[in-house]
Amino acid sequence: MSTESRIQIETKNLNVSFHDHVVLQNIDIKIPAKKLTAIIGPSGCGKTTLLKSFNRLLEIQDDVKIAGQILVDGKNILRPHLDVPDIRKKMGLLSQKPYPLPMSIRDNVAYGLRIHSNKNKDEIEKTVEHCLQEVGLWNEVKGRLHDPASQLSVGQQQRLCLARAIAVEPEVVLCDEPTSALDPLAAQQIEKLLLKLKKDYTVVLVTHTLRQAKRVADYVIFLYFGMVIEQGPADIFFNNPKNPETKAYLSGEIS
Amino acid sequence: MNRRKLRDFLGTKLMLVVTVAVSLLFFSIFFLLLFKSLLIFEQHSLTEILFSSSWNPGFNQFGLYPIIVGTILVTGIALIIAVPISILSAVYIAEYAPKKVRKVIRPFIDVLAGVPSVVYGLCALLFLVPFVKDVVAPWFGIETTGYCILTASITLAIMVFPIIISLCVESFHAIPLSLREASLSVGATKWETVKKVIFRASAPSVISAVFLGFGRAFGETIAVNMVVGGITRTPSTLFSPGQTLASLIVSAYSDMMSSPLYESALMMVALILFIVVLLFNIFGIFVLRRANKRWNV
Amino acid sequence: MNKRTLEENIFKILMMISISLVVGSLIIIVALVIINGAPALSLDLLTQTSSGEFYLGAGGGGILNAIVGSLLLALPATGLACLIGIAIALYLQKDFIHSWLAGFIRFSLDILWGIPSIIYGVFCFLIMIYLGMSASVMFGIIALTLLEIPIITRYMDESIKLVPIGLKEGAYSLGSTKFETAVKVVPRQALPGILAGILLGLGRGIGDAASILFTAGFTNRIPSSIYDSTAALPTMIFQLSTSSLPVVRQKASATALVLLIIVFTISILSRTLSKRYMKHVIK
Ligand SMILES: Nc1ncnc2c1ncn2[C@@H]1O[C@H](COP(=O)(O)OP(=O)(O)OP(=O)(O)O)[C@@H](O)[C@H]1O
Ligand SMILES: [Mg+2]
Repeated sequence: MSTESRIQIETKNLNVSFHDHVVLQNIDIKIPAKKLTAIIGPSGCGKTTLLKSFNRLLEIQDDVKIAGQILVDGKNILRPHLDVPDIRKKMGLLSQKPYPLPMSIRDNVAYGLRIHSNKNKDEIEKTVEHCLQEVGLWNEVKGRLHDPASQLSVGQQQRLCLARAIAVEPEVVLCDEPTSALDPLAAQQIEKLLLKLKKDYTVVLVTHTLRQAKRVADYVIFLYFGMVIEQGPADIFFNNPKNPETKAYLSGEIS
Repeated sequence: MNRRKLRDFLGTKLMLVVTVAVSLLFFSIFFLLLFKSLLIFEQHSLTEILFSSSWNPGFNQFGLYPIIVGTILVTGIALIIAVPISILSAVYIAEYAPKKVRKVIRPFIDVLAGVPSVVYGLCALLFLVPFVKDVVAPWFGIETTGYCILTASITLAIMVFPIIISLCVESFHAIPLSLREASLSVGATKWETVKKVIFRASAPSVISAVFLGFGRAFGETIAVNMVVGGITRTPSTLFSPGQTLASLIVSAYSDMMSSPLYESALMMVALILFIVVLLFNIFGIFVLRRANKRWNV
Repeated sequence: MNKRTLEENIFKILMMISISLVVGSLIIIVALVIINGAPALSLDLLTQTSSGEFYLGAGGGGILNAIVGSLLLALPATGLACLIGIAIALYLQKDFIHSWLAGFIRFSLDILWGIPSIIYGVFCFLIMIYLGMSASVMFGIIALTLLEIPIITRYMDESIKLVPIGLKEGAYSLGSTKFETAVKVVPRQALPGILAGILLGLGRGIGDAASILFTAGFTNRIPSSIYDSTAALPTMIFQLSTSSLPVVRQKASATALVLLIIVFTISILSRTLSKRYMKHVIK
């Protein structure tokens, strides 16, 4: 990682627990802007939880306790009296299983635009087309923009979710194993898109496949039992890990 | 942006207000009925009201005993008829019926549940009243008009069939397959499995279904009013006419305004109805929730 | 045959008898209404309002006032109950209130569901008297609304509970507020269940007599304002059936036939509509 790269997200002593069961402990991480950061670790180690804490999605669940600081562009997003929807607008989310909104393909992309901007119909139409082209979906759906999004294939739905996310012009795109529900070809498409996206956005990718992390990541964070074991630039992380547990994980001894 | 926040704020508060208002509805009903029945309690003791057998509002007599006996008889007999038939039907639907039959019967039961109670009353009037008068009563050597406790009970029994059946079928379906397999694989027959495993595992839901059915029968007004006879005398046989609490309110409402005391007496009847149904429903819901937790549904 | 199989066979027979009784009684009910009602069903019956002689014998008009009255009572009541119900059902999500509080409110709704309709009738009657007003369309609507609220709300609530959390997270991460998510996204996903709930409430409301008997009153005319009293199909059946004249009872059956057709149509509609509105639902 080049030293001059700006830090987009930083956590300080972040602790998260569900019903008094501690899930994340003393998390201190730095995520650089306009880079692709991969969060890896075995199942249940708290990757999704960490990702959702960045856009304050955790708090819609019962009995969640969040302590510490999450700085986005240097400002703590956990402090009270913040406009939470505004924080979330800055952070697009691509979940493990695509959840298109229960409306037409076009409305899925237009939904966020209508909420956040006073664009007129033509401008919305244009942005919808642009976003769908960005994710390579336009040619596939341009004839049936008014069909329900539920009719698309899973891979198409996932790209639609990406288009929907970038339509509101976020700064960060959070991806939670976005390829795990897809077939290899669709997964490859998404992976390519993520690489393209990191020119304009900060991308955080949760993945459980090491190979994917190796292929796409600039920066890696390794979580294990709710703690950060190691973090750093991808080449150092994969080629010269310092921590014995990281070595064990990379060699497949723990999974 | 600010308009958006305002709309959110107002919208959310409106939802809160509506929710609170409806949650309070229940208390409003209770306290209004209680308040309205105070008058009668000032002049008559509760024991007098519950155990005196002369109901004669014109002469300031408000004994509910005959009506309470009538209500208990009508509801009790209705349940005695409905419970075994409903449970056996539910077992058949859930465990024995071939898939094709099940697919036809379940919507059928739903339809039965949707028939308005006044239609049940009308059919009872058209068929059951003459049937009891001309066929059933002579068989016992008793003379009756057909407007009697038994007719009302049978009508109610038919009305609660769908309630008990659908709740029971649901609870039988909720039992994990592994439990059934466990019983069958030790060599139990299907019926033994039903008896020893299904019934035991779903007992709370079945009990709760019976309680909910009871609530429905106890509070049913129109259909009972049409066939029960409407006479406030303690019934001597099942073929005697009688009166029930809910049905009394309908019968008496046109004279209700004639005196404040009479009105108060009727409100007290409504209050008793409310409290009894409430207790049974609370119990039924509690048992059901416990049961649901057990199977994590 | 050993004892075990004997017992099973006896119970099988009992089951067959039970299910035949249940199914048989439904068939008898429908058959009774059709056989008695169909001959009296005529265009006149459906297109004329009733008059004094109507309750005394042949002729004298029809049940148009009851049909119109039923619609005037049940449709607005269902509309109101639906607005109130959707507000509560959306508010019961854990996005808005803690789940133990939601549990308590669900419990009180379940209890309200079980309260006999006569109690709602009496409650509205008392309020009506207190306000110094008389039986009218307005109070009939209020009584039916109260009766339908718990049914519609709990039905909506159950289908809203099934909305996947991932879908809400999707909406939130686009920067929607809780309210926007609740109003714009959740109802679309829960639409089939919501529709089924509304139609169930409508069916219940249009068939109930006990709650509107004192609150909506009874009259031969079609009401001209919400302060007029009105007849409705269930109360009309109740009125007609108390007669001892067979001709009048036939009219009661004909009215019951009309009511049954409406109720069954609603229930069929509920099945087909919810299927149709499945298309946007994300699985
Ligand atoms: N809503 C919740 N309530 C209680 N515990 C939860 C909740 N969500 C997550 N957890 C717990 O938090 C821990 C971390 O979960 P998380 O989903 O973040 O793991 P993960 O690393 O994303 O796993 P996976 O790779 O399987 O997706 C797990 O032990 C899980 O059981
Ligand atoms: Mg995860």
